[in-house]
Amino acid sequence: MELFNSESKKIISDPINVNNPISLQVLGICSALAVTIRLDQAIIMTLAVIFVLCSSNVILSVIRNYIPTRVRIVIMLSVIASLVSVVDELLKAYLYDMSKQLSVFVGLIITNCIIMGRAEAFALKNGPSKAFLDGLGNGLGYGLIIIVVSFFRELFGAGTITLPDGGAGYVLWSIPESWYAAGYENIGLLVLSPGAFIILGLVIWVQREFAGVEEDA
Amino acid sequence: MNFLRKIFEETGKFVEKGKPLSWAYPVWEAADTIFFSTNKQTSKGPHIRDNMDIKRTMFFVVIALIPCYLFGAYNIGYLNALALDIDRSLLANTFFGFGYVLPILIATFVAGAVCELTFAIIRKHEVNEGFLVSCALIPLTMPPDVPLWQVFIGTSFGIIIGKEIFGGVGTNVFNPALTARAFMYFAFPTKISGDKVWAVGPDGYSGATALAIPANPVEYDTASNLFAASTQFDFSLMNMFWGLIPGSIGETNKLLILGGAFFLIYCGIASWRIIVSSVIGLVFTAFIFNLLSGFSTNAMLTITPLQHLLIGSFLFGTVFMATEPVTSSHTNTGRWIYGFLIGVLTVIIRSINPAYPEGVMLAILIMNMFAPLIDYYVVQSNIKMRLARNA
Repeated sequence: MELFNSESKKIISDPINVNNPISLQVLGICSALAVTIRLDQAIIMTLAVIFVLCSSNVILSVIRNYIPTRVRIVIMLSVIASLVSVVDELLKAYLYDMSKQLSVFVGLIITNCIIMGRAEAFALKNGPSKAFLDGLGNGLGYGLIIIVVSFFRELFGAGTITLPDGGAGYVLWSIPESWYAAGYENIGLLVLSPGAFIILGLVIWVQREFAGVEEDA
Repeated sequence: MNFLRKIFEETGKFVEKGKPLSWAYPVWEAADTIFFSTNKQTSKGPHIRDNMDIKRTMFFVVIALIPCYLFGAYNIGYLNALALDIDRSLLANTFFGFGYVLPILIATFVAGAVCELTFAIIRKHEVNEGFLVSCALIPLTMPPDVPLWQVFIGTSFGIIIGKEIFGGVGTNVFNPALTARAFMYFAFPTKISGDKVWAVGPDGYSGATALAIPANPVEYDTASNLFAASTQFDFSLMNMFWGLIPGSIGETNKLLILGGAFFLIYCGIASWRIIVSSVIGLVFTAFIFNLLSGFSTNAMLTITPLQHLLIGSFLFGTVFMATEPVTSSHTNTGRWIYGFLIGVLTVIIRSINPAYPEGVMLAILIMNMFAPLIDYYVVQSNIKMRLARNA
């Protein structure tokens, strides 16, 4: 199979745009709300999810013909859980501050419906290379949304933009003191979970408008 | 008038269907119907139209709000004179207050009009007058010293999230004015959470509001004693009724609110059932809490029912916000339940949770959410009763 023929392009681009796992399928909302307080958390979480999603898709796709249908959920879970444990240990070893901030949500990647959903819906029916592309596409689609959400939440909620680095995060830009002196205030609502819901809702609105998707009434 | 008519007919040609400026039709239509009644004819039934269309209904609510605006402006000036310890005439006080009310009003209307026009043009429908009432209500719920950009953001949020995403006027679940207020309440808590007074005074001038005094007492005492001990403002029942206390712009004078209530009920716009039942709910819950207050050290429980009625914006909320015809219950039995629960929830939020000194806003928003459910069960139980009767 060629890597960049139109079919494989579609496998990658669909989940980013017209079949986005968060904004169109509304999966993985829990983590999208939890880790979007700061941009650097969202970026690391995106990388973690892309890693787990691609690896689990490929592994399950390779062994798909040996999995008995009745026990497939158990096998899928054990593969995903092992991969998540690997990610968790890696974060603890090399990005300790970040792993502290993300705390339980790295472990909760196991329960992210996107990963199980892609394994069930795609990896068990397609070859490894396609499954890899599907994992990559869905991971990027997930990442796109949570990065956009966290960008707005952090900028307007806390007044900073933080990029990930080895330690507690590198502050790329923060709202200057003179603005605060002139009367500017951060929107405290956005730091709370309801704020994430509102931003996520607006992002879903805009994205569906662009993707041209209409919900059946 | 012929001169005006001619202008509208001439300009109307530019925005007809097929012309390059046809996207601006909603703007033209809105301006036209301010001056002239519509010349549209009905093509389908019902053909009989009431003179009280949406525009007139909305206009009546705005009329009922005007006294609140005037008193609000005067109160700002009065409290400012009190804080600075100077003598000023009634007129000078009012003019001083208008210096604060007018910018807020303008910011609200600009934000409201921009959102409403944008959506009217995108969705190609006529501009609906509903935003006028929302925009007239929002400044009255604001503290006088609120920053204008916050008003602008709050109003846009209220109009877009509270109304437009549900499909516009008549299909919204939440009261847009209260949605705007709630957004600002949580987004900018330092400014309008309701525990610090909102008088316009010298730098650093502040004090506790009537609701915050029993919420954070230095030492446990009954609410009445705590009010009497407050030296900064006069929190006697009489003074709270006349409204010469700090608060949101429009809610302090209870007499004008009651006047507005009678006016709206007389015109058939507001439902008296909601107003009466919410007062019953408030008095009932406050009375129960009074009985229970011996078991607790929470001074909020000792606020008497009458004080509950006069403190804060309960009356303003129940008269102008809870009775909004779109978001309240539509069945008469439903209205009794809806209003009663607003009263109950107001006292519960005020008394039990010290973080939210004022509860009426949240109470109304919560009950807005339940209004369709209440209606559903009222209708279903009616159907069941009639089936049983005829079985």
